[in-house]
Amino acid sequence: MQRKLARQFFYDMTLARQFEQAAADQYMQGNIGGFLHLYPGEEAVAVGSLHAAEPGDYVVSTYREHVHAMVWGVSPSAVMAELFGRATGCSGGYGGSMHLYDVSRRFLGGYAIVGETFAIAAGVGYWLHLNDSTQIVLCYFGDGAANQGTFHETLNMAALWKLPVLFICENNHYQIGTEIHRHSAVPDIYRHASAYGIDGRHVDGMDVVAVHEATRAAVQHVRSGNGPYLIECETYRYRGHSMADSGAYRSALELAELRARDPLEIFRERALGQGWLNEADCQEVEKTVEGVVAEAVRFAAESPQPTDLGKDVYSEPLDLYGGRP
Amino acid sequence: MTRQRNDNVGIIGTARPAPELEVWQALNIALDRAMERDSGVFILGEDVGLFGGSYRVTQGLYAKYGEWRVRDTPISENSFVGIGVGAALAGGRPVVEIMTINFALLAMDSIINMAAKLRYMSGGQLQVPLVIRVPGGVAKQLGAQHSQRLEHTLVNVPGLRVVAPATPQDSYWQLSQAIVADDPIIVLEHELLYFAKGPFDPGAAPLPMHAAAVRREGRDVTLIAWHRMVALAMEAAAQLSTRGIDVEIIDLRSLRPIDLPLLRESVRKTRHAIVVEEDCRFGGVGAEIAATLGEVAHSDLASPVRRLAASDVPTPYNAELERASIPGTKSIIQAVEELTGPRTD
Ligand SMILES: Cc1ncc(C[n+]2csc(CCOP(=O)(O)OP(=O)(O)O)c2C)c(N)n1
Ligand SMILES: [Mg+2]
Repeated sequence: MQRKLARQFFYDMTLARQFEQAAADQYMQGNIGGFLHLYPGEEAVAVGSLHAAEPGDYVVSTYREHVHAMVWGVSPSAVMAELFGRATGCSGGYGGSMHLYDVSRRFLGGYAIVGETFAIAAGVGYWLHLNDSTQIVLCYFGDGAANQGTFHETLNMAALWKLPVLFICENNHYQIGTEIHRHSAVPDIYRHASAYGIDGRHVDGMDVVAVHEATRAAVQHVRSGNGPYLIECETYRYRGHSMADSGAYRSALELAELRARDPLEIFRERALGQGWLNEADCQEVEKTVEGVVAEAVRFAAESPQPTDLGKDVYSEPLDLYGGRP
Repeated sequence: MTRQRNDNVGIIGTARPAPELEVWQALNIALDRAMERDSGVFILGEDVGLFGGSYRVTQGLYAKYGEWRVRDTPISENSFVGIGVGAALAGGRPVVEIMTINFALLAMDSIINMAAKLRYMSGGQLQVPLVIRVPGGVAKQLGAQHSQRLEHTLVNVPGLRVVAPATPQDSYWQLSQAIVADDPIIVLEHELLYFAKGPFDPGAAPLPMHAAAVRREGRDVTLIAWHRMVALAMEAAAQLSTRGIDVEIIDLRSLRPIDLPLLRESVRKTRHAIVVEEDCRFGGVGAEIAATLGEVAHSDLASPVRRLAASDVPTPYNAELERASIPGTKSIIQAVEELTGPRTD
């Protein structure tokens, strides 16, 4: 493994961990409102998979998407400012935590209704295919979303028309408080792919290198015109579903077992053991990230509020009673 | 992929537009021209391709443009409308046909949660130039699940525009305008109007997409209607004129936004207005118009704006009951006479 990529993985996972902690702190201080879904424990999924795609590709994610946005290039400051609801946020303060967008990077959200990412991704894929593009779409979804009709409807159409979509399941075992064996008759999500004639595989979602390698192969498959592919990344979230959830439905033992497989710790040890990084590298990254996150919070706190209530409802100002033109 | 030219296509390919066309043909021409002009325009829906569309609207386009631009979809309304949204985000101009408005209920997440909100939620970065064409209305004994009108649901959604053409000319204009506009637009079509004939001139200067139109000038009372109710109001007006009542008829054409200036202008003259709607009465477009005219044109009105609407019942199968559930010529005449009193002079 290249040192550069190893550093990138370590940097991004450290950023993910620290950023989400800072978001939790800011939420507790009342600076962030609404629903806030955090990613600790799942970092290897977004980091490993997104680094297997090309910058020209599209990304569609769920409401648990701060880390996807940042790994895909949206600045931590723009993400934090969006959580604060400020005009400098990546959605101008109009979206919030669950609705992050950056069109210039083809980062298309941010969807808060479970199961929406599928059709959006397939629609982008349809357009890419129609234009004979070699770009592809990465579509993230949770284990719970696999029970939504749109999952099955979209897998069928994506397979039928060989759309360039890579479906990436972040199986963290829970749909809020309902454990996967209580919400899914087929808890191996990747096996759903075979019902639609799509290739799918399972990968250890706590291992960033494994996720990366699996995704690289899948990206190659999709980009070569073979149609969609489904990767199930088995992972875990340490915190509750959102800041409103203590996660009390899980046993301390379960949590301890999963924490023992912490993706960040595992990768750090491995990178040190393999000589990809040394202790000084790691400390340097941790220190840099601390600064970046602190700056993101400062930037967000000092940013102006958006003031224009009525903008961008339509492509032009539209008086509902003006009629003409 | 072979893209054969097929000159046998509905009316596409005829050298000169006919002076009189049916609504479906006008829609077909609008689609064909839009697809010819802009390779980003493509069609998605159930049986829009090989079959040619349930109401023939896409007839011939599959043969002309191929399967990628005229895509037959599985019965997955929420997801194929969502695919339209996604393609629009990426730069396409999809025109999605939902076989009937009743099935659009399965796609409301894609329409209301996604299409209508993405521009705003993204701080103006995204745009959703998506057209959704939907046949609807009370047709002929299709039963409660196939006779809905969902105007009341759709007009209440910020981010959507809703138009309701009733004539071939308007169908052509408004669909063409909707396709080039950069917002999600619902084009409501009426199942009983597809084969209605009317004058058609593709070269004529179009009315703006959201303008209402005066279909008949009159002095005594304004009838505000859209879709099939316009024709019924015209019939009623013809009969009322023999009794000395002079009715003005406005075809609303657009349900969100509405052309309030034209409505005001009309009631300033007639001082009475009745909204004739095929949708149910409770919380509908008629309610919106009546309330708004009441607020802004109070001093012009000699009587409160009235609503003649469908009964608040699921549509019955029985033909007589079905007819009784929506306004008809007779009930329109009655409503007007209640307002003006029968004239004898
Ligand atoms: C259609 C819909 N139903 C219910 C919800 C409420 N809800 C939000 S997240 C969630 C659980 C989703 O679980 P999963 O897909 O596994 O994603 P995770 O939160 O674990 O990342 C539910 C039920 C919703 N947002 N949308
Ligand atoms: Mg989950």
